[in-house]
Amino acid sequence: MANRKVPEINSGSMADIAFLLLIFWLMTTSMNVDSGISRKLPPLVDQEQDPGMDAHERNVLMVFVSGNNQLLVAGQRMDISGLSEKTKAFITNPTNDPNMPEKEMTEIPLLGNYPVSKGLISLQNDRGTSYDMYLQVQNELTKAYNEAKDELAQQKFGRSFNDLNDEQRKAINKAIPVKISEAEPRNLTGGK
Amino acid sequence: MAQFKRKGSKGTPGISTSSLPDIVFMILFFFMATTTMREVELKVQIKTPTASEAQKLEKKSLVSYIYVGPPTKDMAVHFGTAPRIQLNGAYSTLNNITEFVASERDKLKENERPDMTVSLKIDANTKMGQVTDIKQELRRANALSISYAAAKDKGEGNTNR
Repeated sequence: MANRKVPEINSGSMADIAFLLLIFWLMTTSMNVDSGISRKLPPLVDQEQDPGMDAHERNVLMVFVSGNNQLLVAGQRMDISGLSEKTKAFITNPTNDPNMPEKEMTEIPLLGNYPVSKGLISLQNDRGTSYDMYLQVQNELTKAYNEAKDELAQQKFGRSFNDLNDEQRKAINKAIPVKISEAEPRNLTGGK
Repeated sequence: MAQFKRKGSKGTPGISTSSLPDIVFMILFFFMATTTMREVELKVQIKTPTASEAQKLEKKSLVSYIYVGPPTKDMAVHFGTAPRIQLNGAYSTLNNITEFVASERDKLKENERPDMTVSLKIDANTKMGQVTDIKQELRRANALSISYAAAKDKGEGNTNR
């Protein structure tokens, strides 16, 4: 009579626990998206001249990464931490310095006449450059462009670039075009 | 008789939910299995560099991957430690990239083909010479939008090793 019923453990909350696990799993796997720095390669035209060659000298910023991962900007050695600032000054040219890129008044929807910089960044690397260093340089250049775009967006629309709508974004992209030209690599150190 | 009657008058019995956890666990295991199986088996070791400006890749169905890195430990016995290219599930050479891009492009719908992106998952210690060769091959294959895979990091991203 005493052991007629064995008390059961209440498993009603088991479903909730399992659901919790399921939802956690769904969240974490979908959040694991690929990220990277996007670039457009130039189309393959038979040995087209490097656009950096015929452009005016003041409009080109030479960035060279040597085989032992040293950074040369406009012929001078530089630490990578200063690159984005230098690049940003180059593309925006706030003081209209005659040694910095020229600007061309262009009619852009939403912005009106805006002086678009003719600046071009010529990125060169050696075959022996490490990919890590190369990507750091690309990252700094992207950062410079993103900051310039962000500033213009704040100034014109009072919002950061990421919060703009498509049309505004297009206008900003037109005002600050990303111009990074990559020349054929040099092989100075004979690395493969 | 009286006892039976008392039990019947208790009200409608609830549906047993004791098997619900089992069902949910089954769904959970299904998801766990499929999400890990989706990616191809990597035969190269890749530790992508970090970059603060890395952006998420939109539309995964439009992305094809090229992996470059030194072979994994059990493969290194046969293939050495020089960085190699992996397309789909196998080691490959530069000459196969054009073919690979063409076949990947064929898998997409007609109207999606211009938006095809190639994600380059390259080990941080690879030399640029090899990367440049791959880029030249991609230009030849007319796959012009690329993405250098990099882990997003909030800091300065200066991990020069």
